[in-house]
Amino acid sequence: MSSEAIKPGLSTETPSRDTPRDEAAGNRLIRANIWVAVTAFGVAAAMAMMQAISRANLELPYRSASMYYMSVTAHGILMALVFTTFFIMGLGWAIAQKEIGAVPWRRAGWIAFWLAVAGVVMALATVFAFKSSVLYTFYPPLQAHPLFYIGLTLLVVGSWVWAGAMITAWRRSRAARGGRPVSLAMHATTANAMLWLLATLGVAAEMLLQLIPWSLGLVERVDPLLARTLFWFFGHPLVYFWILPAYTIWYAVLPREAGGKLFSEPLGRMVFALFLVFSTPVGFHHQFQDPGIPAGWKLLHTFNTMIISFPSMVTAFTIVASLEVAGRLRGGTGLFGWIRTLPWGNPVVSSVLLACLLFMVGGFGGSINAAYALNSVVHNTAWVTAHFHLTVGSAAALTFMGACYWLVPKVSGRDLELSLLAKVQPYLWFLGMALFSFTGHVAGLLGLPRRVFATSYGDAAQAHAWEWLTSISAIGGVVLFASAGFFVLVMVGTMLAGPRREQAPIQWAESLGTPSEGYASTVWDRLGLWFGVAVVLVVIAYAIPLYDLLHLTRYGSQGFKPF
Amino acid sequence: MNVDLYERIWMWGVGAMLAVFFGSTAAAAVMSQIHPPSHIETIDPRTALSDPRFKHQGVRVDASGRVHATVVGLMFTWMPTELILPADTPVTFHLTSPDVIHGFEIVRTNGQAMVVPGYVSQFTTQFAAGEYLVACNEYCGVGHHTMASRLKVVPKSQWQAPARETANVQ
Repeated sequence: MSSEAIKPGLSTETPSRDTPRDEAAGNRLIRANIWVAVTAFGVAAAMAMMQAISRANLELPYRSASMYYMSVTAHGILMALVFTTFFIMGLGWAIAQKEIGAVPWRRAGWIAFWLAVAGVVMALATVFAFKSSVLYTFYPPLQAHPLFYIGLTLLVVGSWVWAGAMITAWRRSRAARGGRPVSLAMHATTANAMLWLLATLGVAAEMLLQLIPWSLGLVERVDPLLARTLFWFFGHPLVYFWILPAYTIWYAVLPREAGGKLFSEPLGRMVFALFLVFSTPVGFHHQFQDPGIPAGWKLLHTFNTMIISFPSMVTAFTIVASLEVAGRLRGGTGLFGWIRTLPWGNPVVSSVLLACLLFMVGGFGGSINAAYALNSVVHNTAWVTAHFHLTVGSAAALTFMGACYWLVPKVSGRDLELSLLAKVQPYLWFLGMALFSFTGHVAGLLGLPRRVFATSYGDAAQAHAWEWLTSISAIGGVVLFASAGFFVLVMVGTMLAGPRREQAPIQWAESLGTPSEGYASTVWDRLGLWFGVAVVLVVIAYAIPLYDLLHLTRYGSQGFKPF
Repeated sequence: MNVDLYERIWMWGVGAMLAVFFGSTAAAAVMSQIHPPSHIETIDPRTALSDPRFKHQGVRVDASGRVHATVVGLMFTWMPTELILPADTPVTFHLTSPDVIHGFEIVRTNGQAMVVPGYVSQFTTQFAAGEYLVACNEYCGVGHHTMASRLKVVPKSQWQAPARETANVQ
């Protein structure tokens, strides 16, 4: 473990013990995480295109139902769990390194990295061997190979080390700054790490108490409803674990890249604290249609879910205001003239702007999913898939791509290679996602179930309405694959062959109207306190329904492997 | 904390929007009794097919005249494969699964529920006359996309009601 001691009373900028050797070593860890993220993304994107084409009933070589469901499983694991987690860890390490001058817990960070990589390889090997086609939600009694569950658990354990390191960096920085708040980026990353530690308790319990012993044959039966409840305890905060790093980029990087300043930094601190508080006690809105959970508790989780739109709406204001500052500083005038003068040709900026646009649609769709009564119309339809391709698949993934264009040169000391592809790539993603997602929302409203290999249902009359939609969706899938391919080419090209050149260090966006003595810490900076509030809310939201569930006469299910 | 005036107005606006969401959801739930299916009842999945509650699948009319549909989801079909129901009449569905989780979805209606082995799902809704596809919307294995049945909804006058039961079974 590194043991850099930060002297108290340090100012907000560059800390002392930051030697080039430390930084080079830290950058290696950051790059390793990004390599895994990019590789996972590339493989998953290729599978996604084949799925989109397959669902439109076009014949592909080796096309079969078992291939399709294996592919959906691999795509979900690689995108939702591997690409995101490794990118988020890489970004977190970079933020911590910038904050305190060196990556904290570097050796443990490498152990965590290899643990997580080994886990991913293990889990995916069983998927590609057709032994774990249980999709990334892995609901029992569908039963995967034991190494599938063990591998994913190792990924989570690796991420716990990362989360501990983030909290350590935050504590050191706080101590060093003596009453002044840490950077907004560090604040956000720490809130996310705390959120992750709380959320993953659910999936860890599901894995360790239910799925691993059951898949090994140590217990015969597990209760599928308890498993779903534990999964969604984890599954919804998981989406904030993806979104918060995207917001971090929107707050801390976008304004500077766009040529402006962050509009209201203090509110940004409130936003991340509120996410920490409200992201977990909401899981029942994924279980509206489940038996065994009383309606009243589902209603409580609905209200909690609605509250989370508050910090997102505050973010919408702050980001648009920051962009207006940028556009006007660049010479934009009039009511909307500032939009035109934003640097739309800079892929860091354009990818984030387009991600924000797609997220506005995704956010509204999400509030329909979470609506207590409306959910019955869209639950488990193509609407849901279309929705989360706008949130995790655009707001998070497209922002992460833009963030890679910004971060990878800094941590590799190389210029961006193939920068023309990088310029085009965000627009292709936007187009592809618009085609894929719009048609998916409509098909969902027309009742098309999600995750289906074929959509004809024995030539059922109602299924005809979906045909043209799945065809356009397949075109969207091809465009998305082109975009993903461009991104991977740019990343691999940059990391292997980009021209070596001194790069500007990471600098966070300046805040508009910062008082000359800097901001003072407020209650929103006390993340330990908000973590405590989050725990209390989780207990309120889950303790009684979980207690009641455990006291039902439950029978449990043996495993099934129908794939 | 110093917050810009416009941003304050925005935040109050968002607060007002949330108040509308809260109010309308609560009103629908409490006054109109609109709830997602949340029935609490367990059943042994190993004996579900011979359990008196699910031994006879299909449509029945209870002693008080209410219409019930009993459906079992299993890899990869719904049993029975066809239901015939009266239009504009509340129908209570009772569902379970002896194997994995399925999703009972009557396409283009609000009739749907997760069907979880070990539990009995229940919901009540009504339909306009027509022919509906009943799909499975929760992945249940390699035949998931083939799991379907039909629901025919006929005008009340044309519906041949099963004999009314003499005592309430449930």
